[in-house]
Amino acid sequence: MTGLASPPRRATAPAAGTTPGTSQGPPRPRRTALLPTAALVLGALYCLLPVAWVVVAATKSGQDLFSTFTFLPGDGFADNLADLDAYREGIYWRWMANSVFYAGLGAVLSTVVSAFAGYAFAMYRFRGREAFFNVILTGVLMPPVILAIPQYLLMAEADLTDTYASVLLPLILSPYGVYLGRIYAEAAIPMELVEAGRMDGAGEWRIFVRIAVPMMSPGLVTVFLFQFVAIWNNFLLPFIMLGDDEKFPMTVGLFTLLKQGASQPSLYTLVIAGALLAVLPLIALFLVIQRFWSLDLLSGAVKS
Amino acid sequence: MTGLPAYGEAPFSVREKHPMPHITRRGLAAATAVLLGATALTACGSADSGDKAGAESGPVSLTYWAWAPGMDKVAALWNAEHPDIQVTVQKQASGDDLVTKIITATKAHKGPDLVQAEYQALPTLVSNDSLADIASEVPGVKDEFASGIWQQTTFGGEAVYALPQDSGPLMFFYREDLFEQYGLTVPTTWDEFAATARTLKKKAPGKSLTTFSANDSGLFAGLSQQAGAKWWSFEGDTWKVGIDDTATKKVTDFWGGLVAEGAIDNQPMYTPAWNKAMNTGEQLAWVSAVWAPGTLTTAAPDGKGKWAMAPLPQWTKGENATGSWGGSSTAVTSDSKHKAAAAKFAVWLNTDPKALAALVKESGIYPAATAAQTSGALAKAPDYFANQPDFYTRAAEIAKTTAPAAWGPNVNVAYTAFKDEFGKAAKAKSGFDTALTALQNATVADLKKQGFEVAP
Repeated sequence: MTGLASPPRRATAPAAGTTPGTSQGPPRPRRTALLPTAALVLGALYCLLPVAWVVVAATKSGQDLFSTFTFLPGDGFADNLADLDAYREGIYWRWMANSVFYAGLGAVLSTVVSAFAGYAFAMYRFRGREAFFNVILTGVLMPPVILAIPQYLLMAEADLTDTYASVLLPLILSPYGVYLGRIYAEAAIPMELVEAGRMDGAGEWRIFVRIAVPMMSPGLVTVFLFQFVAIWNNFLLPFIMLGDDEKFPMTVGLFTLLKQGASQPSLYTLVIAGALLAVLPLIALFLVIQRFWSLDLLSGAVKS
Repeated sequence: MTGLPAYGEAPFSVREKHPMPHITRRGLAAATAVLLGATALTACGSADSGDKAGAESGPVSLTYWAWAPGMDKVAALWNAEHPDIQVTVQKQASGDDLVTKIITATKAHKGPDLVQAEYQALPTLVSNDSLADIASEVPGVKDEFASGIWQQTTFGGEAVYALPQDSGPLMFFYREDLFEQYGLTVPTTWDEFAATARTLKKKAPGKSLTTFSANDSGLFAGLSQQAGAKWWSFEGDTWKVGIDDTATKKVTDFWGGLVAEGAIDNQPMYTPAWNKAMNTGEQLAWVSAVWAPGTLTTAAPDGKGKWAMAPLPQWTKGENATGSWGGSSTAVTSDSKHKAAAAKFAVWLNTDPKALAALVKESGIYPAATAAQTSGALAKAPDYFANQPDFYTRAAEIAKTTAPAAWGPNVNVAYTAFKDEFGKAAKAKSGFDTALTALQNATVADLKKQGFEVAP
């Protein structure tokens, strides 16, 4: 793309990380790209400041929370944690376990379904393939928020409301996951390889498990992460599905600490400490899973 | 806030649209007919017979959606004494989203047996057929409550849709030490209140008597209630919206004028900045409700022992009226299969001295039941107001003067419009006339859109 836009005079392509020279002059030597760097720094600040706020605020006691300077750490962190742990006999840990369950199992199931569906859409030709795929694509455009109440009514018909399944089931089919699955399968699995497998007498299942899945794995890891984070942060679906607070995930649970009626102050210090702890599993997950992303999209491809 | 559709516009295709049951006999008959229709529709008729069978054959278990802290501990007291009726509290987050959740759940016949509901949400719940009329289960309970409170759960008719649990009579809170320092006296009328605000601005331009918060629709509703406003009323099958009535106009002119001349602040409450202003004494007073001690404890920890409480200023000297801000009730849902048992628990929870003492202790509520307001549980002033040992004695006197409130089926829409319109007007310091008209129009338009008959 840059090649097309480059003026014919240019002798060398600009080095990575530099701004291409203007059309009037030759490319300038390596220098810091001020504007992009500034934009990135701003973006990083924008993302990290709220996190920093949570970290600092979690250390403040209720007394200091709103009265001392925003980014001045307090000394109440241990107390906040102890209070959170003591709140209703440690129900926070139950919510945390519920969140891990919903996000973990939900993401695994959704990844499996996305892998199946994505592979099938990419590799098989069948009647209505594009039509089915387009229907699923429409699902990507549909915000999950507006589906929550219809899904609740459906679950009520099946007598499944207020169960773990009511939160898990709607999350298993992720339109975005299927979409990603197809894109990855098309890009990463050469048809020739599948044909070769068939020639050698492998069944379709074996080809999928032994050849396709390893090649799709970077994509599937992405789907897993996306789904895990989405379910971890999901609020509305569990909010509407669940009545029993023992089944709440953390998001809905912490909300009950904030909203205790007009006459009760919100338990800010507990919620902030809880929110901080809620981020930790996500950070750990990203650190662990990062390595799978280093796999090249085309690793193991045939030579052409 | 959470993206739920506003409950006024809950996405249900089949909706029974009917206004409140009426005080008139004709209206009552009409309401009964509608209720009977609703009962048939929800197939609760069969559930009722199941109720009796269930009560005979074994213990009934009830679920109760409540948000008040410690409600599970109060229910545990009941469970210990009533092995045949066991109540499980499922703690929820309060607010409009919970109303949507209750309506959705009862429509799908998956609702709990009992719910905690704010007074202003009751008309919405009733017009969506989410609540059961428990009048026949609660004879004589009426006398336990002040009439202004009872009216909010019955809409002035014979049907009883909920039992009052807690109330929030409005009061005037002020910094005793700073009032003395600036030579201010506690205002007994709103005119004196305005004069006090102006005097303070002259003596200490950096300080304000209080603020007008466009975020707190509930407070504005309470202040209008004190002035005698009737925001919603019905006659026959027609709703009338009186948000721009004379009483409310008086209230908006008063506060709009103070904001416009800069005598008081125009920033919202419950923000970190407001907490700070309350804590440092930048604001000297707060028009709030009986539950203010709890809020002040967290918002203004340094002010402990420095604040005092007085009755709300009056519009005419010698008058005695207050509004309310907050407060909630216990309702039995139309979906409950054990309505009689649920009503029995609701009566115990809100009238039994032991239950009320536990509610005060565990949940920190101010009970709506008149007897409980002067009971032993409230004998001692809240810690924050240790300087005013008769805090609750005076509070009970004030609570008795609560003016009746008139809620309608789309309070949430009016509240949202209030935040938008008055937020803009407060920021511009331009007076609140246009905002009030816009609020009235938005509320009427929404009622019509929902399919209610609205008087012009």
